[in-house]
Amino acid sequence: MAPEMESTQVTYLEAIRQALWQEMEADERVFMLGQDIGTYGGAFRVTAGLLDRFGPERIIDTPISESAMIGCAIGAAMMGLLPVVEMQFIDFIACGFNQIVNGAAKTHYRWGQAVPLVVRGPAGGGVRGSAYHSENPEGYFQRAPGLKIVAPGTVADAYGLLRAAIHDPNPVLYFEHKFLYRRIKDELPAADFRVPLGQARVAREGRDLSVITYGAMLHVALEAAQRLEAEGISLEVVDLRTLKPLDQETLLASVRKTSRALVLTEEQMSGSVAGEVAARIAEHAFAWLDGPVTRLCCPDTPVPYSPTLEDAYLPNVDKLVAKVRQLASY
Amino acid sequence: MAKMGKSWGPLHPEVKETEKLAKTELPRERQLDLYRFMKLNRMTEDRLGNLYRQGKVVGGLYSSRGQEAISVGSGYALEPQDFVGPLIRNLGTMLVRGVKPREVMMQYMAKSDSPTGGKDCNTHFGDLSRGLIAPISMLGAVIPVMTGIALAGRMQKKNLVALTYIGDGGTSTGDFHEGLNLAAVLNVPFVLIAENNGWAYSTPTSKQMRIKNIVARAASYGIAGEMVDGNDVLAVYEATHRAVERARAGSGPTLIEAKTFRMKGHAEHDDAGYVPKEHFEEWKGKDPIDRFERYLLGNELAKEDELREIVARIDEELNREVDLALASPFPPAERAFEGVYAEGVI
Repeated sequence: MAPEMESTQVTYLEAIRQALWQEMEADERVFMLGQDIGTYGGAFRVTAGLLDRFGPERIIDTPISESAMIGCAIGAAMMGLLPVVEMQFIDFIACGFNQIVNGAAKTHYRWGQAVPLVVRGPAGGGVRGSAYHSENPEGYFQRAPGLKIVAPGTVADAYGLLRAAIHDPNPVLYFEHKFLYRRIKDELPAADFRVPLGQARVAREGRDLSVITYGAMLHVALEAAQRLEAEGISLEVVDLRTLKPLDQETLLASVRKTSRALVLTEEQMSGSVAGEVAARIAEHAFAWLDGPVTRLCCPDTPVPYSPTLEDAYLPNVDKLVAKVRQLASY
Repeated sequence: MAKMGKSWGPLHPEVKETEKLAKTELPRERQLDLYRFMKLNRMTEDRLGNLYRQGKVVGGLYSSRGQEAISVGSGYALEPQDFVGPLIRNLGTMLVRGVKPREVMMQYMAKSDSPTGGKDCNTHFGDLSRGLIAPISMLGAVIPVMTGIALAGRMQKKNLVALTYIGDGGTSTGDFHEGLNLAAVLNVPFVLIAENNGWAYSTPTSKQMRIKNIVARAASYGIAGEMVDGNDVLAVYEATHRAVERARAGSGPTLIEAKTFRMKGHAEHDDAGYVPKEHFEEWKGKDPIDRFERYLLGNELAKEDELREIVARIDEELNREVDLALASPFPPAERAFEGVYAEGVI
């Protein structure tokens, strides 16, 4: 176990660091490429201490070349290594788009070669990061065959999904939410804890309405559920955890039970993962629905900077409660 | 509108018609090997041309006519443990690595028994057991990938060198810069061969860059650079051999610029009407196979009937290869839905 562990309660960020540490400890094939991940320990300190423990051969500081970092990881993955590439902010993954969607994602289908790599980095808003340090890019990648996408919303999932992602034989995009980095704490799971990719989780059981969500929005949904309980509205909260491939069964089972579906994500609405989830519900659970499949997402604008603007942009508990009341009244 | 024609000026005047080729220590038998592979390269593409005209090729057809010396000479300088990322005009490299003509023919004809089972086209397949990484059409994208192969090889102590190619047009991409710079910074065993054939599809090199020689860029990455006559198979072999030795010794990447000329259009559908006709006339005399043949005969390394015998054998081999390729059916429709993901835990 990595040092600097004061108690068994760890932050979401520390859970990610622990997963990386333990993977590198346990498996020689795992190595990292990133900007400022070595001596500096990463912009958010996710890789703090790893250079000292594992050396510059496995914790590799690279030039500012997102495309080459990802391309390089593809080559190394083909050779049987298990690279983890850090995007300093996940917004910069756009610079490596071609390597991901045309390189990593299509390789297994095209010529049968596995590309087991992880691209991870801090996503999401609520930290006044503005247009280039707040993005949730999952929608860009949702329709690229061959990719897997995960977005943990809890400490346990941050740990367990990352360890599973590293050992998945496919390219996995791991979007960690920077708003959660130091805001949530929980017990660090047992060292052998893994969360299988492709499995959603019912985070809260309820009767009246299903909120399907992930990432930081999970906590918005859970808080809204508590508030609405007092009004006699019982929310079920489904945490997708893996966005691609979607766990359709779990989300449909929840909707068939509650007959109302609200998809809550921190994406611009058009072309979003939320849109795909809503489409699947409409297509496969229409007969069970008592109201329209509803989405609460961000507006179709870049992420604004000023607190008043960003607060207007992001979903929050008040907005969710209002939407739920509307849908529950059908 | 600017007039086309002589206004482009001569292309790569340093490439001569001469049969005086680069010095080599390669024994006669291995030089004949080079001849055989270049002939196999050209004759396979000629057969593909026939199949294309018969309507058997499903997609486009790409030719490396005039550039065979680069693929064959460089591929021949690699060891079995090395890795190469061929592009569309590097059939020769693939043949040197042990690819059978039928594999490429079936790829072009989208057959069920092609290496990709009909899922991808032409030279777009890879095979780690033969050190082959599949091309990516977005030019430059393979450069960082091969940098990663070289990095992994070093981490795994495999003593391997990674090599790939780029055209003059491809040097304008971001991945060319990012990939070569990363390879340089990591000091990995990597060789990049820039095939300067004067044209990127219809765009002349003068519209890609202000410099005359791509090799000038090596200095900006702090790596070794070498310029060769790309129509001299021995020069390409020797330059690649030196680069591979340097890389294997831990001295980092090399950028080799091979001056050459594309003797056909971008692909079979393209008559290359934008290329001045004089260039085709002039470069006929610089043909890499003809020059090598004159060299072999002039230096008494081979007799005419010996070379004729080599050609006859290739012809027989290709008859069989074409038959095998034609005999394969199209893939079953359900294969379209298979293999998006790799299975299991790694």
